[in-house]
Amino acid sequence: MALWSLPKFTRPRVLSSKGIMGMNRRNIDYISRYNPRRLYPLVDDKLQTKRIALASGVTVPDLIGTIRQQHQVRHLAEMVSEWPGFCIKPAQGSGGKGITVIVRHDREYYTKPSGVQETIDDLERHVSNILAGLYSLGGKQDVALIEALINFDDSFEGYSFEGVPDTRVIVFKGFPVMAMMRLSTDASDGKANLHQGAVGVGIDIGTGRAIRAVQFDQPVEHHPDTGRRLSELQVPDWETLLRLSASCYEMSGLGYLGTDMVMDKLRGPMLLELNARPGLAIQTANGTGLLPRLRQIEALNSSRMSVEQRVAYAREHFSIPVTAATPTAASAG
Amino acid sequence: MISRKPFYTVVALLFLAGLALSLYRHFVFEVPWLPGEQRQVWSIEAKVEFEATGKPVKASLAIPGTQPGFTLLNEAAASPGYGLSFLERNGGTRAEWTIRQASGPQELYYRVNMMADPHAESPTPVAVPEIAPHTDQEPYATAIHQVLSRALERSSDGFSLTRELIRELGSQQQNAALLAQYRPKPRLLVEMLNRAGIAARVVKGLTLEDGRRRQPLVDLLQVFDDGRVEVVDPATGEPGQIENMLLWERHSSPVLDLVGGVNSRVTFSMIRQQQPVAVALEQKFEDSNLLNFSIHSLPLEEQALFKGILLIPIGVLVVVLMRVLVGLKTSGTFMPVLIAMAFIQTSLVTGLIGFLLIVSMGLVIRSWLSHLNLLLVARISAVIIMVIGIISLFSVLAFKLGLTEGLKITFFPMIILSWTIERMSLLWEEEGAKEVLSQGGGSLLVAVLAYLAMNNDLIRHLTFNFLGLQLTVMAAVLLLGNYTGYRLLELRRFQPLARED
Repeated sequence: MALWSLPKFTRPRVLSSKGIMGMNRRNIDYISRYNPRRLYPLVDDKLQTKRIALASGVTVPDLIGTIRQQHQVRHLAEMVSEWPGFCIKPAQGSGGKGITVIVRHDREYYTKPSGVQETIDDLERHVSNILAGLYSLGGKQDVALIEALINFDDSFEGYSFEGVPDTRVIVFKGFPVMAMMRLSTDASDGKANLHQGAVGVGIDIGTGRAIRAVQFDQPVEHHPDTGRRLSELQVPDWETLLRLSASCYEMSGLGYLGTDMVMDKLRGPMLLELNARPGLAIQTANGTGLLPRLRQIEALNSSRMSVEQRVAYAREHFSIPVTAATPTAASAG
Repeated sequence: MISRKPFYTVVALLFLAGLALSLYRHFVFEVPWLPGEQRQVWSIEAKVEFEATGKPVKASLAIPGTQPGFTLLNEAAASPGYGLSFLERNGGTRAEWTIRQASGPQELYYRVNMMADPHAESPTPVAVPEIAPHTDQEPYATAIHQVLSRALERSSDGFSLTRELIRELGSQQQNAALLAQYRPKPRLLVEMLNRAGIAARVVKGLTLEDGRRRQPLVDLLQVFDDGRVEVVDPATGEPGQIENMLLWERHSSPVLDLVGGVNSRVTFSMIRQQQPVAVALEQKFEDSNLLNFSIHSLPLEEQALFKGILLIPIGVLVVVLMRVLVGLKTSGTFMPVLIAMAFIQTSLVTGLIGFLLIVSMGLVIRSWLSHLNLLLVARISAVIIMVIGIISLFSVLAFKLGLTEGLKITFFPMIILSWTIERMSLLWEEEGAKEVLSQGGGSLLVAVLAYLAMNNDLIRHLTFNFLGLQLTVMAAVLLLGNYTGYRLLELRRFQPLARED
């Protein structure tokens, strides 16, 4: 009996005919070919990302401060005292590890989005761990970033549970090829990681509208915690967001890039972080494989195209017709 | 795009080099592909008995050497009070016992281990004996002439002549009876061959039969012609060098040469043993040349060390297969290999139980440590000390309970265990118990698979005996590093995508 006759497996041929990209192909044919090693520090270190983003005029969240040495840890309370909410991140953390969000505090108790209250001691320990390299690759010494919170855009009200929804756009040679929104859930503990139970919503490159949504790789119609219908989701200011993402190509020099964007109520789309090894779950969220779009761009002579031209090209070619997107949503009820 | 040609060339070269080295080892040094292949080793004991007459004694015994069909592995002689030396004489080797004074019955022993070996050859080419002129008296000369001329007519070379001579002696009854009084048959044949210009001599052979005692030596005829040598049984004319015939004495010398004793006799007894081929070959190639590039040329202690080291590439290959082709997650890339190496020391079940005990207990204590707000390096150091504590505790407990298996727990690499505990504990805090089980389970599964591969007798035999295979493994790893297809688990991961249309 062949393995793919088991109920939960499929044939390699089926996946390849649909243009689904596997991990090995991503690593060999895209990451190692289009992402020069020497540029990795730019994206692996959030501080450097912030620096190059500011230099090229890309909006990023405000930096409250950095903590580089163990002796600076006790200044943490003083550093954040004037800010209503903040977020502590390891500069070289990967996969959202080690990020702590504090939505409000009274200088004694610091409240996380889940409502759990932490003391300043808890936060200081967290910063010490970051400095010691607990969350960085290879355990090397790290820097803690203290960032201002994002002002949650109202259009996403009810789409996310305890966390900021972010938009992941895969940018290949400067073209936004595929996008998805990641909505945190109770199951994902307020984190936007799909494998922990966040909902992934495939977003149409042409319109910024939801195509379909998945949780744990299975299609869902409604947000499991808030019950909002996910097919109604529409990312505001979509053109700006795509242009911002596409301009990260020139900024970082990385050919195959994952850009994580958030919508700020006041400042519009902002770059949260860049990822030189973006995951493959975006294909499940979109119900489409990446390979046909990547190959289309590889075949294109795009070296002279501007950001606007690239975004226009992507919106024209990678849009999914509305009729194909609606049936599942319509039958949902 | 960079051309992949050089890459595939390198892979192909590595693969071919590995294959060639292995084939070389197999065909030139006879290392078998499969483990547990046995070779027959004959232990033959020659016992020399005589009555000493109270004078200085010198007993010289012909002894065999490596020859076609047999390789001499080792030899020893036992004879209390006697001086012993091995001498070369007339191209053959002899054991010579000497003593200043002895009287009464004496017993001297010589024991040799000969391996049945189809590839064996004499270390020195066999010297061709000289053709001695013979003058025979009548009536023997006429008889000899009659037999010889008939045989010469019907033969083409020395070997067919020998066969015909033996046949003629069988058919010319009268001549045969006459000549039997003149010379013993083997010597007669040698003289007749010499008359015809063919070099020949009488040698002594021993028929090997398992468990035989007092086996006699038999006379065989060694005939030289045109650069070739054949051994012929003088009684039948059949080729004498059959599978179980060992030539004990090959230079026409007396088997025993005794001074200072009387009533001497030599008896032979033998047993057959089966020896693993590795042991036998080790003895055979003990002093071989540089080209025999193998671990066997190292001292025993280093050999044991290398046995372990050479298995690591196999474990690594298993990890690469599991990660690239299957897509299993492991905690720490090569941690499973190290755990698998510990399993080899401890045996699988003990190892698994020990590993789970240490890690689960470590996780419990580590969860308490995480409240102490320690710096990372200090905390990991604390975990290391804790792991050592747990291991000591379990060892003592196991010993007190009489479970000596439990003592093997000390074979676990402690630093690796500590890192495993630290990583698992963080994973637990950040991503929950499910991820810990998935990654921990993945690591253990890969470790068990690596263990099964590394502990496989065939694989151990191959890696240890065929160094060239390391290059082949290298080629395989390089090829796997180039694999862009789907991973097995991706067929399940993306299955929802394939379903809908």
